[in-house]
Amino acid sequence: MPKDNGIGASPKRREDVRFLTGAGNYTDDINVNGQAYVHFLRADVAHATINSIDTSAAETMPGVVKIFTGADFAEVGGIPCGWGVTDRHGNPQQEPRHPIIAHDTIRHVGEIVAAVVADTLEQARDAAEAIDLDLSDKPAVVDMTKALADGSPKVHEDLSSNLCYDWVFGNPDDDAVQAAFDSAAHVTTLELVNNRLVANPMEPRVAIGDYSRGTDEYTLHTTSQNPHVIRLLMCAFVLGLPEHKVRVIAPDVGGGFGSKIFHYAEEAFCTFAAKACGRAVKWTSTRAEAFISDAHGRDHVTKIELALDADNNFTALRTNTMANMGAYLSTFSTSVPSYLHGTLMAGNYKTPIVQVNVKTVFTNTVPVDAYRGAGRPEATYQLERVIDKAARELDADPIALRRQNFITEFPYETPVALTYDTGDYVATMDKLEQVADLAGFAARRAESEKNGKLRGFGVNCYIEACGIAPSNIVGMLGARAGLYDAATVRVNATGTISVFVGAHSHGQGHETSFPQVVADMIGIDEGMVDIVHGDTGRVPFGMGTYGSRSIAVCGSAMVRATEKIIAKAKKIAAHLMEASDADIELKDGQFTVAGTDKSVAWGDVCLTAYVPHNYPLEELEPGLEETAFYDPANFTYPAGAYACEVEVDPDTGKVTIERFSAADDFGNIINPMIVDGQVHGGLGQGIGQALLENAAYDEDGQLLSASYMDYAMPRADDVPFYQVDHSCQTPCTHNPLGVKGCGEAGAIGSPPAVVNAVIDALQSGGKNVTHIDMPLSPPRVWAAMNG
Amino acid sequence: MYEFEFVKPATVAEAVAALAEEDAQALGGGQTLIPTLKQRLAMPSKLVSLTGIPQLKEIGDNDGVLTIGGAVTHAAVAEAAADSYPALADLASHIGDPAVRNRGTIGGSLANNDPAACYPAAALGSGATIVTNRREITADEYFRGLFETALEEGEIITAVRFPVPEKANYQKFLQPASRFALVGVFVAKYAAGVRVAVTGASEEGVFRWREAEAALDASFAPDALDGHSVDAAGMIGDLHGTREYRAHLVKVMAKRAVAAA
Repeated sequence: MPKDNGIGASPKRREDVRFLTGAGNYTDDINVNGQAYVHFLRADVAHATINSIDTSAAETMPGVVKIFTGADFAEVGGIPCGWGVTDRHGNPQQEPRHPIIAHDTIRHVGEIVAAVVADTLEQARDAAEAIDLDLSDKPAVVDMTKALADGSPKVHEDLSSNLCYDWVFGNPDDDAVQAAFDSAAHVTTLELVNNRLVANPMEPRVAIGDYSRGTDEYTLHTTSQNPHVIRLLMCAFVLGLPEHKVRVIAPDVGGGFGSKIFHYAEEAFCTFAAKACGRAVKWTSTRAEAFISDAHGRDHVTKIELALDADNNFTALRTNTMANMGAYLSTFSTSVPSYLHGTLMAGNYKTPIVQVNVKTVFTNTVPVDAYRGAGRPEATYQLERVIDKAARELDADPIALRRQNFITEFPYETPVALTYDTGDYVATMDKLEQVADLAGFAARRAESEKNGKLRGFGVNCYIEACGIAPSNIVGMLGARAGLYDAATVRVNATGTISVFVGAHSHGQGHETSFPQVVADMIGIDEGMVDIVHGDTGRVPFGMGTYGSRSIAVCGSAMVRATEKIIAKAKKIAAHLMEASDADIELKDGQFTVAGTDKSVAWGDVCLTAYVPHNYPLEELEPGLEETAFYDPANFTYPAGAYACEVEVDPDTGKVTIERFSAADDFGNIINPMIVDGQVHGGLGQGIGQALLENAAYDEDGQLLSASYMDYAMPRADDVPFYQVDHSCQTPCTHNPLGVKGCGEAGAIGSPPAVVNAVIDALQSGGKNVTHIDMPLSPPRVWAAMNG
Repeated sequence: MYEFEFVKPATVAEAVAALAEEDAQALGGGQTLIPTLKQRLAMPSKLVSLTGIPQLKEIGDNDGVLTIGGAVTHAAVAEAAADSYPALADLASHIGDPAVRNRGTIGGSLANNDPAACYPAAALGSGATIVTNRREITADEYFRGLFETALEEGEIITAVRFPVPEKANYQKFLQPASRFALVGVFVAKYAAGVRVAVTGASEEGVFRWREAEAALDASFAPDALDGHSVDAAGMIGDLHGTREYRAHLVKVMAKRAVAAA
């Protein structure tokens, strides 16, 4: 019997009522009295020297308030990078200045060259067209191999090369690793591309800067996943403002997928310009701007080698990856190909030797940063593809080969710095075989073949390090921030509760799931609990939502704060019932004295806390409000196994996903319906990457897929009905809820399953195709079949 | 978008007069023009809407010829032609999405002549006649390359006359992002012969695949196309498919259209 409330129940998402009925409050819905509008003049060439910018004609245009160029920002800082990686020689990463507005040099299409603030947006656009730019084009650097070649033009003249860092992880001893390969019975090698993606949240970015001359206070409304992080970065590194004078509000946010983690130039601009113009300044990104100014994702080129002994045991793994940084270092860019990728290269397997080599590269393209999964999809994709290729080469069953090499004992210390606290990969694979109806595949394949189609079955496993993260560990790894989170539980006099959380909900359903936890702990109706999020003026200093961390980290802080509330409430209840607080029990919203029939209700205790007439004032403060900060002891390790079944039309190369099954172990689950939805969304994005999405540049640095006419987003009819199971649960051992996080799993685990399935289909049709790079578009599949 | 004047005349004569002004532009359903204006890629002084002219919204079915007014929407064609010319109705019912189909017009589509649009394939494949305020133009004369037609300044498509074939079918392979035709093939069998028109594929825009027509005249069956192919050299090669792939798809789609006709 499923629960109907509390932890484990699936109440409908309360926030959906306002989202679906047009009552949401997104940043663009906010208008500040007297606001002006900014239009950014963006570079339409990838690399150029700015000889001069003449704004004189534009300044006389109707409605123009002020025009800004790079020179106006010479005295403020650049956009900072939040993670410093140390290279294989012990040297720091190369970090170029990242200006708010391009100064002297344009380095990617879409970079801001000038900003026009005017009374109306149309006036700002008109004036921008009157700005006279004198540019000298420079050769664009787009391809990573060419960018690293001797004599390549440099993206940043003041850096020694286009190499950001050359990093090694795992076993750094090249000779020892090579020896393991030399002694292997079999080595499988695979070269592959993890295609560049555009995040494409439904809501484009928006920023409104506001400044009060009376109080010298700034307010920034912005589409952010982590308002406190934005405030810290903008105040401390860019504008040099006192944090207590700056409030950052991220109200309803229409999806982020990572792209709204980062501090963007437009946020700092609007905040700066509000004071300079004496008016609030509003910017709303167009979809066209989003394609060339939101951080992109992925874009890795990898060679991976897997060594096996004569019994098909994995003995060593070595990878060489080039990762595109784009023209500048976005906030967490350098962490993605290093610590979010290299640490996951062991996967679900007990490979004893793992060496990860990564070169990050500057190019004249939009900056690249975290996108749903961030580093972990890149790791999973290469590992699960090379395992599948090895199985084919060895004529081994791909599932059996995986099972044979599974980690089965926990805790397990990987050769790439992580300690998996718990998991059961055999159980998720067992469950997957059942959910995916593996036994029925042969019949389904025969049916497809009767219809002239090729059918393939692809499987893969994944593990991710979520709930990021223990601050002391990420600090050692180069993070320039802590990654705790915080919650304040404020109980009102009538017993209702507002929980102020550092996590930010922009699609995750926190407004439904977080109250389930608090209500369950106290035994009251969920409707009595609301969360408040997304406003540095209201919530405690939290680090926001990304890396599947909200329930594992912020949820844990919320539990700790609620425990403090309950402890205090028990003391009040004990006083009211003239008992010892050690004897007080709380169940279903009633405090009782153990072994007696005395009881007092939750609401009476709350009222007493705020109307303390009969109250132990000498021992206990009145009021009922507690805050907790929580810094986890370890990452959490969601893991699972996915299976994809495809049909390929041999005439056209078109791939159709017929079935997709997921068996996930997310530990304990708060709201199964929301978890289903999170997996569905992740699968959609992973399938999008595998079959459709491709941010393609030409050699001049022009983005070819810069609109929905050319960038193929997955639509409802591109994906199947999913079979999603999360009944395998090995609870996290180190957080109070035993939760692991579920937001990224679908995007991490699905691309290799899709590609493995397509290769299986083509092989079944007698085509000797061992690999196709994503997206597996019809022409690519057709060319591979006929190559 | 830039500022412009907007007029919505009630007669063809008024529309023609309005279009005489320099930089005036006709507006059908606006499914291409409005996005273009929003991106500031066009700067007409005046938009002359053609959707308020009753004459352009008429649909007639007479003696095996289906006549569709220039301002008839795709959705209206899908409904009105369902019995008289099912292949055309089916094509219309798969253009864009419901919003596009309820705004976009046949005249607008043919006047724009997007190389990946569906209607040019139907018009050319049916040997349709494009009727304007000045003259009648055969489809073979009308299409002149990418976004190029025989229309002159101030000339408005008032109707399109489709001879109804014995059988016909349109097969479209979707470009995955835009969902325009990556390749679309319209096959129609008339007493006078088979016509095969291809959209989406060629650098010259919609074209007749005459080799296929001859083969299908001899035998109207998918197998009749075995051994025939279009030359990849003139095909479009881009992010969504090589020249060779498009050339291959022309044949695959043509065979499927014959099979389904």
